[in-house]
Amino acid sequence: MGYVKRKMTIVKAVTCPVCGSLCDDIELTIENGRIVKVKNGCAMCESKFLSHNSEHRVLKPLIRKNGKLVEVSLEEAVKRAAEILAEANYPILYGWSSTSCEATRVGLELAEEVGGVIDNTAVVCHGPSILSIQDIGISSCTLGQIRHRADLVVYWGSNPWSAHPRHIERYTAFSEGRFQRSAWKGYLTKIKASIAKKKIESALRRVFFRRKPSVPPQPRMELPPAMFKEGRKLIVIDVRKTKSAEIADYFMQVEPNKDYELLQAFRALIRDQEIDVDEVAGVPVGYLEEVADLMIRCGFGILFFGVGLTMSKGKLRNIDAALSLVRDLNMRTKFVIMPMRGHFNVAGANTVFTWQTGYPYAVDFSLGYPRYNPGETSVTDVLLRGESEASLIVASDPVANFPRKAAEHLVKNPLIVIDPHMSVTAQMADVVIPSAFVGIEASGTAYRMDHVPLPLKKVVDPPKGVLPDEEILRRILSEVRKLKRKMLVEAA
Amino acid sequence: MELLIKNGFVYDPINGVNGEKMDIATRDGKIVENVNESKALKIDASGMMVMPGGVDIHCHIAGSEVNTGRLLRPEDHFRDFERKTPKTRSGVGYSVPSTFTTGYRYARMGYTTIMNPSMPPLEAKHTHEELNDTPMLDKATYPLLGDWWFVLEYLKDGKIEECARYVAWMMTTTKGYAIKIVNPGGLEAWGSGRNVSSIDDQVPYFGTTSREIIRGLCKVNKLLNLPHTIHVHTNNLGKPGNYLTALDTMKCVEDLASGDKPAIHITHCQFCAFKGSDWRTIKSGAEEIAKYVNNHSHVTLDTGQVIFTDTTTMTADGPFQYGLHELSGNKWVNHDVETETSSGIVPFRYRRKSYVHAIQWSTGLELALLVRDPWKIFMTTDHPNGGPFIYYPRIIAWFMSRKARETTLKKINPRAESRSLLPSTDRELSFYEIAIMTRAGQANALGLKDKGHLGTGADADIAVYNINPETTDPSKKYRTVRRAFENAAYTIKGGKIVAKNGEILRHVKGATMWLDVQVSEPIKITEEMKRRFREYWTVEYENYPVTENYLEVSHPTTIKADV
Repeated sequence: MGYVKRKMTIVKAVTCPVCGSLCDDIELTIENGRIVKVKNGCAMCESKFLSHNSEHRVLKPLIRKNGKLVEVSLEEAVKRAAEILAEANYPILYGWSSTSCEATRVGLELAEEVGGVIDNTAVVCHGPSILSIQDIGISSCTLGQIRHRADLVVYWGSNPWSAHPRHIERYTAFSEGRFQRSAWKGYLTKIKASIAKKKIESALRRVFFRRKPSVPPQPRMELPPAMFKEGRKLIVIDVRKTKSAEIADYFMQVEPNKDYELLQAFRALIRDQEIDVDEVAGVPVGYLEEVADLMIRCGFGILFFGVGLTMSKGKLRNIDAALSLVRDLNMRTKFVIMPMRGHFNVAGANTVFTWQTGYPYAVDFSLGYPRYNPGETSVTDVLLRGESEASLIVASDPVANFPRKAAEHLVKNPLIVIDPHMSVTAQMADVVIPSAFVGIEASGTAYRMDHVPLPLKKVVDPPKGVLPDEEILRRILSEVRKLKRKMLVEAA
Repeated sequence: MELLIKNGFVYDPINGVNGEKMDIATRDGKIVENVNESKALKIDASGMMVMPGGVDIHCHIAGSEVNTGRLLRPEDHFRDFERKTPKTRSGVGYSVPSTFTTGYRYARMGYTTIMNPSMPPLEAKHTHEELNDTPMLDKATYPLLGDWWFVLEYLKDGKIEECARYVAWMMTTTKGYAIKIVNPGGLEAWGSGRNVSSIDDQVPYFGTTSREIIRGLCKVNKLLNLPHTIHVHTNNLGKPGNYLTALDTMKCVEDLASGDKPAIHITHCQFCAFKGSDWRTIKSGAEEIAKYVNNHSHVTLDTGQVIFTDTTTMTADGPFQYGLHELSGNKWVNHDVETETSSGIVPFRYRRKSYVHAIQWSTGLELALLVRDPWKIFMTTDHPNGGPFIYYPRIIAWFMSRKARETTLKKINPRAESRSLLPSTDRELSFYEIAIMTRAGQANALGLKDKGHLGTGADADIAVYNINPETTDPSKKYRTVRRAFENAAYTIKGGKIVAKNGEILRHVKGATMWLDVQVSEPIKITEEMKRRFREYWTVEYENYPVTENYLEVSHPTTIKADV
């Protein structure tokens, strides 16, 4: 064998296509057309960049023939997909949060052309947040504003340490801003201490072999001293002590499904009303008063909320309360609030939907113009009522995470999937068209959770014959238009 | 492709043509001397008016705040939508229309060029993506630079040239067209929940003042030879007594004007022409402002006319929007952008019977009528802040007819009616003056050489209105005038007929105009600069610029700067 010269390049400032934090400082080392090293990224980022070419990849277009998926040419798959969509009276087009805005633009045109319902994953995630924003409004900002100015950071029903791993470090408590110092060192000491404590405890357990696990200590009646320190403070409010809660200055444990009560209690307190009970949602009122006081006294506060708030009991009513709380706080100080968006481009999908149709998700084109009525025009509800006749799924896996009844109806009808992976949905599909990973094998644009648009880079070539979502959708659209013209001529 | 518009009454103020009957010929998207009559497509415009395509100097139609406005107001869209046709895309309308609908509605009114006035540089890509999806129009957008940390820091140190270099870089990087300044100093202060209340207030932490920002950027504008002036939304906007701030703002650049060239554009002037000490005693300050503008040549204005309707207010002026929320109790969106600016959105309804709103309505019209020179004041509603742009024809009717004004005056709040200056004004604008205030003057102020006129070599953007100026008296037949301006008989964009009598015939893409500002010593992107970038923003330097692939039809103008 001859000597193969190794070609190595380093690509800087790559945007990571994983979560809504959209870190754009990733450095990739590429060797012979493969990513071999990821710098600056979190574990999720590394694993996506390093293993995108795994065995779960679909490489050839597939069509179900006699109950089995068989390989076909791309043209045939596109044609079949177009036929399904053109023939259906009421198709649904779902996904979009893990692809580029450019692809979503084409998707909207396609949905309009076929008169279907188009929806993105917000419907099972931050949909309630959007509904609440439409009722209350939202006081928000970009993430840099928090880095520079926030001296009080609250995460509610969200666990950034695990779900948005670099969020705290890049944008909030551990970041260094113009007017605020990083609180990193204090936390480091704290984490070390907590690890040491755990080690000692486990050592003690080993020594006193039969000792029963002790009863957890009663909550102390005063706030931890860290709450009264100078500078940035981090509060986590959640139903369980998550990793993020462990590093926080103060962790407030709310009883499951009682977030609404707690939020309303805060609203009362910051309006200087008295609360005539001992505790709310399992938290002593004395604590609440201290925290409410902290919220009023801070110079710039931020409340991040996650799916823990949007998808627990109360749903949009929880968000109503949270948004109102922050709005009210602006009478006393500067306070902002931001949803922790999950998928890297769910904010972008909402954005493109809105500028083309006026509505952020759940858009129904069946009457020839955009209609929006979540609960009626949202994909899950269309499926639960069994009304759709065909589906196109782009970059999403609804069979794995929709309500069972909805998934059942989805697979009963013709199903087209455009995805790089052989997802559960793809396995049930009638047409599977493999696509390139946007942000790795295809370029595009994505919107960060605070609506800052960032470019997604193409760093390696996709496998041979595999196209980006945008291009596949364009081909389907042009095929649909051809078919529609033909149908018109035949009808005439 | 050739086109000949025959026998129309042509209004082309830039070339001094006032209602003369003549033919207009176009070839390949440009206006030419003549064309081969037998080959060209002919439009019979006899008995009609021919004007250059409309130009709008200030309308919020794209970008993050506009889109958040759309998201915030589903109730606004439900009652107003447009169906898909074989030629056009569907969409929703009213106060914040979706992108396609925006393009179609402007085209129906004979508009062909619009300026989107507030773009946070960090979110510039978003603005440009939306402009790509806004068909039928040529457009440009102004980056918000008045509270950008770089500007504040260089101006504080008096480094005008250094500041100019960075502004030049920003203009090209964000594909912008003019320097937009909103509540200078106030937006940075709003980042910490504060505001400034006069042009001499200190900006917290930055040790500079609004006056220094306005003057500094005015000098920068001149050094860079930008085609438009600085485009200023004053401090204290929407507050009683703020006409004094507006006058201060105009005065503070008086000495920077050279010759008769304007040095500052005060935008949506109606919102900063309030006299009085509180909402009960508010009055119009139009007289004072008009007096100043009539005696000075360095200022241009646009009206920011209020329409009695339900609309969505949106500006980069975060503290003003919060004030409006407190005042109205309506839902409120705030969006601060790191290192650069802020913004806010509040839905709002202007009511005839409200004293304040009626005063505002009257003030806008007073400004337009009291400023004698139509080249200095332009018609806008600050869409959608004063009302949606679809009401322009109504404003034209008010401008042209005393009777139209009186009809509305009768319906407004009686106290406001008795205080209005309108009954004392007999002035009724002519079609020629309307042509100046809706296209020629605006193009002139923007330095758009190929727009706003019908001379040879201009872009073939033309509006034909079905109204005969010889037989129609706009003073009496103001309804006819309004209807004619609502749906142009023909709208011609780039030499193609795109709309006819309110029907869209063609979906065309417009260009995005931007400035490629060339300085002798451009700023160097060193590692140091990148580090500073990382400190100021949460994105990497490499991902910040709007690369040209974000502009579907890119139309750069190269500007040679003096620095």
